[in-house]
Amino acid sequence: MKNENLYNYILGIADNNLILGQRLGELCGHGPSLETDIACTNISLDLLGQVRSYYQYASKLKGEETTEDSIAFLRKEREYVNVLLVEQPNTDFAYTIVRQFLFDIYHNLFLEELQKSHDITLTAIAKKSIKEANYHKRFSSDWVRRLGDGTPESNAKIQEAIDNLWTYTDELFHQTEADKAMVKEGIGVDVTLLKSKYYEIVNEVLTEATITVPDTKWFQKGGKNGIHTEHMGYLLNDMQFMQRTYPNMEW
Amino acid sequence: MKKNWPLWEVFVRSKNGLEHRHFGSLHAADEEMALENARDVYTRRNEGVSIWVVESKHITASNPENNGELFEPAQDKVYRHPTFYDLPDDVKHM
Amino acid sequence: MSEEQIKSLEADFDARIVRDEKIEPKDWMPEKYRKTHIRQISQHAHSEIVGMLPEGNWITRAPSLRRKVALLAKVQDEAGHGLYLYSACETLGISRDELYEQLHSRKAKYSSIFNYPTVTWADMGAIGWLVDGAAIINQVPLCSTSYGPYARAMVRVCKEESFHQRQGFEIMHKLCNGTPEQKEMAQDALNRWWWPSLMMLGPTDAESVHTEQSMKWKLKRKTNDELRQQFIDQTVPQADILGLKIPDADLKWNEETGHYDFGEIQWDEFWQVVKGHGPCNKERLNARKKAWERGAWVRDAAMAHAEKQSNKKIGKVV
Repeated sequence: MKNENLYNYILGIADNNLILGQRLGELCGHGPSLETDIACTNISLDLLGQVRSYYQYASKLKGEETTEDSIAFLRKEREYVNVLLVEQPNTDFAYTIVRQFLFDIYHNLFLEELQKSHDITLTAIAKKSIKEANYHKRFSSDWVRRLGDGTPESNAKIQEAIDNLWTYTDELFHQTEADKAMVKEGIGVDVTLLKSKYYEIVNEVLTEATITVPDTKWFQKGGKNGIHTEHMGYLLNDMQFMQRTYPNMEW
Repeated sequence: MKKNWPLWEVFVRSKNGLEHRHFGSLHAADEEMALENARDVYTRRNEGVSIWVVESKHITASNPENNGELFEPAQDKVYRHPTFYDLPDDVKHM
Repeated sequence: MSEEQIKSLEADFDARIVRDEKIEPKDWMPEKYRKTHIRQISQHAHSEIVGMLPEGNWITRAPSLRRKVALLAKVQDEAGHGLYLYSACETLGISRDELYEQLHSRKAKYSSIFNYPTVTWADMGAIGWLVDGAAIINQVPLCSTSYGPYARAMVRVCKEESFHQRQGFEIMHKLCNGTPEQKEMAQDALNRWWWPSLMMLGPTDAESVHTEQSMKWKLKRKTNDELRQQFIDQTVPQADILGLKIPDADLKWNEETGHYDFGEIQWDEFWQVVKGHGPCNKERLNARKKAWERGAWVRDAAMAHAEKQSNKKIGKVV
């Protein structure tokens, strides 16, 4: 394939959205209030909409028989390159919100830069997505503040979620080979440059929410190279169920 | 502790040029949440460009038992309407 | 208030409904009207949110991205519809929490159809096509029911539901034009959902306790049997288009009546499911209770935060 780096680069962006969208989809019908349920589903729908734009573009690059669905459903676990953060389970609402918040802050900074890409398709997707991502950020930051400040119980729960998910944040700023190649061509975003701003914003919100910022110096990584946590296999098992059980059919 | 999220009334402007119209209600703990919930619940299909939310308890409503004294006196003030006035036939539009 | 006064108020009230005037929340209304409406509207709301569960069961397993977003949006709409209906119900002087409490304690009912399991992807098609089809037949007349908030909620619900049945029919159509295995999956789903869908339109007129009063208040415009006949008449030709067979040996067109004749409904099963003995009654209720209980600390935290914030604001002013 001529554009292999670009193809891999797109998957590097979109797999995050797919897996996070899938996780949020699990919650539909089980939220803490009807209003919150509807809000989380909206975020899931936004993310999945973005996924489709990215994968449709990627499938054109790949040609042959590739479709958005073959990319979404027919890869092996080792071929998914999402960060470990987004595959973490919905342990409770605090985990869901913290996972969302830690991703949203990154997602915003990332899309801000992607709008300047030399690739006009990516620019267009970024321009549309950033409005959605801005809203997600607002939603999850507000909830971080509420849960942090709310009751001793909610504070303990969100502190626990932060403590346990913090270890997955650093990976957001690791560069893959595809990243490096695309940065060189003016298409990709240099994620290493987003890091200090990211922690600045995150720390600000956490402090406001009276949550202690963890001082972990050791971070988990691997998702970007297809080495996932044990949760991922089960998530894919569910997601790929139909395509694997009934191969080569249209739905 | 058991305190339920209060009820809010939602008003949405469908597009600029139109007034805000009552769309329904929802529950939310605070005003930011009420706005966000209103956006997520009542404008999923692109129904609005502006939202107002107000906690339901802040609305003062007239009592239908007083409808007689409140609204019926207006019924016979026909002179407030243009059809009350006679015009010569040759005046076509006024 | 004397008995005579109440009688005269009731007469006025009935006359307003006959004149097609809407009743609004603060209007005087007979206690029975209020109670009946709380019961019916909340039952309707509960059906929407319990109805999210059987379809929610397939969101994570939807076979394509297009199907996944459509299903997700549909189930989300059901949450929205539940919310509109709970809000309408709240105008009658009962809180959403009290209504949940009635659901969780099994004091309130919801549509019995959601106590059946969704075992294959084709069930997503069958539910959209049949269950939403039957629901629409039930709901459209409610857009002009006498209680204003209920009628307005139903207008919104019906408008949004227009895509739900199509979504289901499209799934069925695709299956019926796919491989033999897919078509079989579709037929199997129809076999399982057909009779429960007919039951969903309610007991026969002879057995229905509320019909007459409900007709007067425009909570019902047609009887259960009329609605059922309408549903069958409109659905059979759709099954023909799909090339599927309705699982009823007695089903045949009656030239004389201009309707389909159909076989006997197993009402025993219906009443058993209503009583709590359906295949999924426990799962459905437990899922709702669990979501509510697990959400308690979240709702409390949000309230506590809101109170602290508003205290801060007051502090600043003073």
